[in-house]
Amino acid sequence: MTIGIVVFPGSNCDADTYHVLRDVLSQDARYVWHRETSLDGLDAVILPGGFSYGDYLRAGAIASTSPVVRALRGYAAAGRPVLGICNGFQTLVETRLLPGALLLNAAGEFRCRYVRIRVERTDTPFTCALREGEVLRIPIAHGEGRYYLTDQELARMIVERQIAFRYCDAAGHATLEANPNGAIDNIAGVASVSGTVLGLMPHPERASEAIVGSADGLRILESVVQWIRTRPAREGATPRRAAAVPAVPAASSEGR
Amino acid sequence: MAAAKAASATQKRAAGARLRTVRVTVRLKPGVLDAQGQAIKKGLDALGYGGVAALRAGRYYEIDMPDAPDLEARVRAMCEGLLANTLIEEFRYDVD
Repeated sequence: MTIGIVVFPGSNCDADTYHVLRDVLSQDARYVWHRETSLDGLDAVILPGGFSYGDYLRAGAIASTSPVVRALRGYAAAGRPVLGICNGFQTLVETRLLPGALLLNAAGEFRCRYVRIRVERTDTPFTCALREGEVLRIPIAHGEGRYYLTDQELARMIVERQIAFRYCDAAGHATLEANPNGAIDNIAGVASVSGTVLGLMPHPERASEAIVGSADGLRILESVVQWIRTRPAREGATPRRAAAVPAVPAASSEGR
Repeated sequence: MAAAKAASATQKRAAGARLRTVRVTVRLKPGVLDAQGQAIKKGLDALGYGGVAALRAGRYYEIDMPDAPDLEARVRAMCEGLLANTLIEEFRYDVD
């Protein structure tokens, strides 16, 4: 199993993601430079956080024009797992692999702190080890994370079950106070209709070891490992899994 | 795109086709919260420039490109493809 981590000029969470995959989860991982044109042989691809191309134009906009993203379109169309974290999420929406847009935070300032997110969908490669409705404590660090789309598009997204995570309080309620950036409907992460492409603003790779304050994010990265292991390689899209994926009995995901 | 640096419009020549200067302005669509504009307005308020009723932030581009019959179609495609995110932004342009 090899998971690719794309490196754009200005990516800065690539090494953290690599560390978690290699040193915590003991998986094979490799960096993929933004000029590479093939993603063959990779079982999943992660677009890490950072400030690709200095966030020029709009966050993720220039990255969406890079050669590796051209390859990523075909990779995603084949139903293979793609995860975008923070700037990676911004790149996925700029690429239109995910719907919506990420605007400047409503408060107009960069927000760097722990938030809680509620798991809304578990039949994706990145949430299959989670339980629907459970609450994860994971940090955010972004200036442009206010998820936005029109009301009609939001309604369609809800019907298609594309909301993967919502900002919530400790009890799992998606309140106004729990929303760090003004995202519509408290949306913290969204998935493609099939679920194989997923983006989120919080940083699971920064919460993957108890020593750094929370290991809740590890379960998102564990999910993809579990997904790859339990699926034959190169199987097509439509990963609508039965809800029979055993929830990992991780210690309480909250408040660690 | 063959952009001539620091040349005035009259000096520009590119393989026979005259270079035109396209000026593009991109701003958020009405109804999309403009957090940057609000912060800038607060800054003006703090400096004592009262009386500013509203301020909208945006981006501005000057693009030198060869003249062609499909010039405007190309400008629109460039705006829709990269310069503006038409989900949240609108653009306008004029051609010199």
